[in-house]
Amino acid sequence: MLLIPCPYCGDRPEIEFRGGGEAHIARPSDPQTIDDQAWAEFLFYRTNPKGLMAERWNHAHGCQRWFNALRDTVSDRILESYKMGEKPIGGGRA
Amino acid sequence: MLETVNRVTRATALAATASAGTPEIAPLPDAARFALRLRPALASEMGAVAGFPLDLAINSASSGPRRSIRLGPDEWLLIGDAAEAEAIAAEIAQAFGERFHALVEISHRNVGIAVRGAHAADVLNAGCPLDLAAAAFPTGFATRTLLGKAEIVLIREDDAPTYRVECWRSFAPYVHGFLLEAARDFDGAQT
Ligand SMILES: [Zn+2]
Repeated sequence: MLLIPCPYCGDRPEIEFRGGGEAHIARPSDPQTIDDQAWAEFLFYRTNPKGLMAERWNHAHGCQRWFNALRDTVSDRILESYKMGEKPIGGGRA
Repeated sequence: MLETVNRVTRATALAATASAGTPEIAPLPDAARFALRLRPALASEMGAVAGFPLDLAINSASSGPRRSIRLGPDEWLLIGDAAEAEAIAAEIAQAFGERFHALVEISHRNVGIAVRGAHAADVLNAGCPLDLAAAAFPTGFATRTLLGKAEIVLIREDDAPTYRVECWRSFAPYVHGFLLEAARDFDGAQT
């Protein structure tokens, strides 16, 4: 079983968590001024990288907090996790 | 009050009899329980409310007649004497006054079960993926986690070891049955 580092609880088994998809996607602040393509890109388009990716996770069966993690999609290794509103120390935005 | 009338007539979720084996699995008596949510800064400022400590480390439990279990940065499970439920709610409301918080009584939402003695951790580990060795999960440690398919709050009470399992009432027959079933592996085993 994978261990996922919760920034509040430490390393915990993956079945306590729920994934929330790609992190750091800002909702357009004024949706009525953008066209359908730009709105669709916000809603549906994801980078789906092979390698380092910033993801949202929720510690659903633990502290129930949302946080971000940098995960390598090839090796499944999680390099770092950080609280909402914080920036990762290494790697930068994937 | 309606709630007062219901309290004396409500049926318990599990029969109170403890299992005879090792570890002992014993449904716990009724308790007053509350879910308390507030900003971490207010928790450190107040330190405690109505005898419930708030400035605990995340994933730890206090002891004494009024205990807090800090489940996350902004969430506490409060456990007190069943007869004091209404008094506790009033005391907490008064202590916070206008300061922003959310308090919900969950006395009857939860059921407590004690798992005590040799192999207690092994029995819990039949359905709980956490490392329950004393180094990783010492006395005073407490967290929300999973047991089989049910969400539980797990508290290590002492070095017997005794664990307190808190689960939702509708999950109680499942959780209780799960623990009894897991304990069959260790019944009569050398410790
Ligand atoms: Zn957590």
